[in-house]
Amino acid sequence: MKLVTAVIKPFRLEEVKTALQAIDIHGLTVSEASGFGRQGGHVEVYRGAEYTVDLIPKVRIEVVVADDVVEEVIEAIVRAARTEKIGDGKVWVVPVEQVIRVRTGESGESAL
Amino acid sequence: MDNINGADTAWVMISSALVMLMVPGLAFFYGGMVRSKSSLNMIMMSFSAMGVVTIVWLLVGFSLAFGTDAGAGLIGNFSYIGLTDALNRTVGPEGHEIPLLAFAAFQMMFAVVTVAILSGAVADRTKFGAWIVFTAVWALLVYAPLAHWAFFFDGGSGGWMSDRLGVLDFAGGTAVEINSGASALALVLVIGRRVGFRQDPMRPHSLPLVLLGAGLLWFGWLGFNAGSALAVNGTAATALINTQIAAAAGALAWIAFEKLRDGKATTLGIASGAISGAVAITPACGFVTPLGALAIGLAAGIVCAWAVSRKYKLGFDDSLDVVGVHGVGGIVGMLGIGLFAVAAVNTAGRDGLFFGGGAELLGKQALACVATAAYAFVVTWIIAKVIDKTMGFRATRDDEIAGLDVTQHAESAYDLAGVAGGGILGGSHPLRDRKQEEE
Repeated sequence: MKLVTAVIKPFRLEEVKTALQAIDIHGLTVSEASGFGRQGGHVEVYRGAEYTVDLIPKVRIEVVVADDVVEEVIEAIVRAARTEKIGDGKVWVVPVEQVIRVRTGESGESAL
Repeated sequence: MDNINGADTAWVMISSALVMLMVPGLAFFYGGMVRSKSSLNMIMMSFSAMGVVTIVWLLVGFSLAFGTDAGAGLIGNFSYIGLTDALNRTVGPEGHEIPLLAFAAFQMMFAVVTVAILSGAVADRTKFGAWIVFTAVWALLVYAPLAHWAFFFDGGSGGWMSDRLGVLDFAGGTAVEINSGASALALVLVIGRRVGFRQDPMRPHSLPLVLLGAGLLWFGWLGFNAGSALAVNGTAATALINTQIAAAAGALAWIAFEKLRDGKATTLGIASGAISGAVAITPACGFVTPLGALAIGLAAGIVCAWAVSRKYKLGFDDSLDVVGVHGVGGIVGMLGIGLFAVAAVNTAGRDGLFFGGGAELLGKQALACVATAAYAFVVTWIIAKVIDKTMGFRATRDDEIAGLDVTQHAESAYDLAGVAGGGILGGSHPLRDRKQEEE
């Protein structure tokens, strides 16, 4: 099993969610995030005082999937999140040792 | 009190309520401008002024400001302490008498709002207990004498500035605006800069709150200025429309200035500009024509927009620009009278430099600015220094960094339905802890 984490532009969330549902991924966790990469920040001015705001709002999606669908999931996320402009985000994958469904106690891939 | 004028009395009482609304207006105006971690404290500084200054005014303040002059037009005597002897008395010219208590209430709101204005200078770092003590002492030792100088008329034996010297100040360019600006400067020099001043971003946490506050201030200001006529007459109407004109002109001038300098017109700019225009027209609203109000409002918007960023160069942390808006705006208005006053506007007025009155009035206006600023600065500095040396005026560094809301008041401003509406702050009710202990 793998944990796929994607940090994307907030307004691409709906597309990514739809793309994942289309390949039968029925569970994901979304959280708001902020950070910076190559995109950099922007400048705000209050009573003439300039502030550089370098933490930009993003959305973080986390989904745990079976090994054999990882490539398909990555492709779906990347395709749906891409705007081809700077700041589209990152996707990364890490191995997951164990998953347990709280309600039934099932573990492993059958808990996904 | 059979001889009171009903219309005049009603207007002064309504105006008192309008001015009262400026205090929560300031609370929101300032509260939105600070970081969220200290926003309740900022609001609390205005609301506590409502409590403290009202009581101080009742007990001694009104008497010091409006009691019979105790000598040389500097301060009133103790004839009205507790307001007991103000019952069943009237004030005002024949035919326009109003109950002295209506006047006392109107002036009480002025005292409260002036203290609240001052609070913006020392945002985010002041120990709340010290602020309470400061506001009581300051209202008596600084505000009350200056109100006497500017507002106490007694047939030539009242306050030295307005009644004896003939300085023109319709609604408080000196006692309210220049006073709060100069006092703010003294206060920040004693208390010092916020941790992270000129380094950390200190963005307003809620601009909608700032604009709500500015709107309430603008609304209340119509009563502040037009109510200062103390009668329902042509002067009140002139003051009312002049206030609207100058606030509007200040708002537009400020955003035009920042559009040219910074590239964008901002909401904080339009709110600040409206306030700066209203500040500047405060002393002048009863003495200038509507076109004079336009000129003063435009001047205030530009000069104040320029003035507020001086603090970064000069290095004093007047956090929410009380010096740059109220101090500087007050001076613009007081000197503006010396230039733009027209005798035909008001029988109590005179002609300014631009209308054939010569430079004499302008000189008196300048003297009033200097005298007010000097007195306010020196006495405020002494009061602040004494409080700082005895009880400490400033919150600890750790408390300031953690935020004054939690450290001074044990509260948080916002809990926007975090953790599914149960509160992102977590914690548990004290009764639950007790129950677990019993188990």
